[in-house]
Amino acid sequence: MSLEDYKGVFIYAQQVDNKLSNIAFELLGKARELAADLDEKKVTAVLLGSEVGGLADELAAYGADRVIVVDDPALKDYRTEPYTHALASVINEFKPEIMLVGATAIGRDLGPRTSARVKTGLTADCTKLEIGDFPLTPVPGQEQKHKQLLMTRPAFGGNTIATIACPDSRPQMATVRPGVMQKIDPIKDAKAEVVNYNPGFEENNCYVEILKIVKEVSSVADIADAKILVSGGRGVGSKENFKLLEDLAEALGGTVSCSRAVVDNGWMPKEMQVGQTGKTVRPKVYFAIGISGAIQHVAGMEESDFIIAINKDENAPIFDVADYGIVGDLNKIVPLLTEKVKAEKAKKA
Amino acid sequence: MKIVVCIKQVPDTAGGVKFNPDGTLDRAAMLAIMNPDDKAGLEAALRIKDADPENVTVTALTMGLPKADAVLREAMAMGADDGLLITDRVLGGADTWATSSTIAGALKNMEYDLIITGRQAIDGDTAQVGPQIAEHLGLPVISYAREIQVEGDSVIVKRQFDDGYMMVKTKMPCLITALAELNDPRYMTPGGIFDAFAKEITVWGRDKLDVDDSNIGLKGSPTKIAKASDKVAKGKGTVVTPDSPQEAADAIAAALAEKNII
Repeated sequence: MSLEDYKGVFIYAQQVDNKLSNIAFELLGKARELAADLDEKKVTAVLLGSEVGGLADELAAYGADRVIVVDDPALKDYRTEPYTHALASVINEFKPEIMLVGATAIGRDLGPRTSARVKTGLTADCTKLEIGDFPLTPVPGQEQKHKQLLMTRPAFGGNTIATIACPDSRPQMATVRPGVMQKIDPIKDAKAEVVNYNPGFEENNCYVEILKIVKEVSSVADIADAKILVSGGRGVGSKENFKLLEDLAEALGGTVSCSRAVVDNGWMPKEMQVGQTGKTVRPKVYFAIGISGAIQHVAGMEESDFIIAINKDENAPIFDVADYGIVGDLNKIVPLLTEKVKAEKAKKA
Repeated sequence: MKIVVCIKQVPDTAGGVKFNPDGTLDRAAMLAIMNPDDKAGLEAALRIKDADPENVTVTALTMGLPKADAVLREAMAMGADDGLLITDRVLGGADTWATSSTIAGALKNMEYDLIITGRQAIDGDTAQVGPQIAEHLGLPVISYAREIQVEGDSVIVKRQFDDGYMMVKTKMPCLITALAELNDPRYMTPGGIFDAFAKEITVWGRDKLDVDDSNIGLKGSPTKIAKASDKVAKGKGTVVTPDSPQEAADAIAAALAEKNII
């Protein structure tokens, strides 16, 4: 088997409760860009689950040319072993050149186990993917390979950036951080070639037993989808004081989010947290209010289009990433800003 | 019951990030700590031992430079029975594939019922080594553990997902990856520190590992670093100190209007 036998960009189309996760569409968007730079242009989505065939059209709308469906009762709810068996079998049968998986709580379990089973490298939590040469520049005595997947990811808590290649084994596998890649505008009435494939499932010692599934569904909006985020940090001072931020968010039609310190203090739930250990967001406007700007926080919001920081400490590192920084007391500024926004909106209405 | 906890010594990226004058990361100056997820995994193992001290042993295992024995001493001072250091120059430069192959190569020569690793280390943040060790050993893996209970020859684990959790049960032997949120790890005790330094740490080189040469070290790593650089902050924007809160509010509103947000 030579490396050239592996062709095409594949993505793992994560579904939970037979609903496709956003990351599937984000990966398809990226896969289309990568495929444009490769000889094989076809983009394939791998859909694993039980009675999930109906989701193929949605994957087509977001850019899948082909959908490989493994449909089996063993795949009803996510479990590492049957899902690994399914994905590894698809890889061995269909031989993708590139296999992308979302860096979700599922993908970061499925990706490593699958890569170990098919004996290839895996680069975790990538924030940038492109096609290029490895080594980047020619090195005497070493073959420079072309059209390789170059996978860029942060490490050391966001303090360093590394670009990684997988030149000698296939597929080139990456998990990709949610919220970073752009999905395409859905193509109306798109159809994909659907391939049904079942490698057969036999229970073994690695099949775990699911005793209970509990959804911790929140009533709040997903901060990763928000166009405007009003984010608060330790400087907000108390849970009650977040009311100021909620009022501003409401006036702007935005959503409140927060830094890790706020979650640690129990002022806001974990799903509102932005940063390395929270969510990555890229809204049009990001307010960092009373957030000092630790690198772990910045890693989750620096791609925002326009960052406004309010902090009483003029030396706060958040001002290094803010497009517009205001040194001052958030307790006084935020309510006045809310009034001003309301007044401006009323004027235009 | 034998528990092996895999731990890693990492630079403290959360508190003590230090930079050289040229802007690169000064790793030598950064404090080396026990990786937080691993420490929670160790604490979980010690609690299982606390419940049945006669029948449970906890071994801390690490792979790294010879100086990584410090993290094993810390584990033993917290209550681990013994420590195993895997160290050899030929193991250096390993990616997650080679690291997991190497550690699995050590575990193949050890007795265990339960292996606990941290979900991920704060230097690499990959979360790959635990699940990959399980694959190399043919064991069930339960990642992202928020609670661990032992029940007879099985474990029951609260497995975290993005939208909730699952209660999952499996028979041992198995591997669990622990979240830092699992517990608040205990401190070392003075007596524990004394005992930890009185004991020998077992050191294994390459010859003690059941692993093929093609799967270890830099050469056995399918992923290669093309480029690594310390992060350069993006250009600084405008920072102003308005004379009054009203002026500040007006300035922000003007900036929002300019961007057509309001």
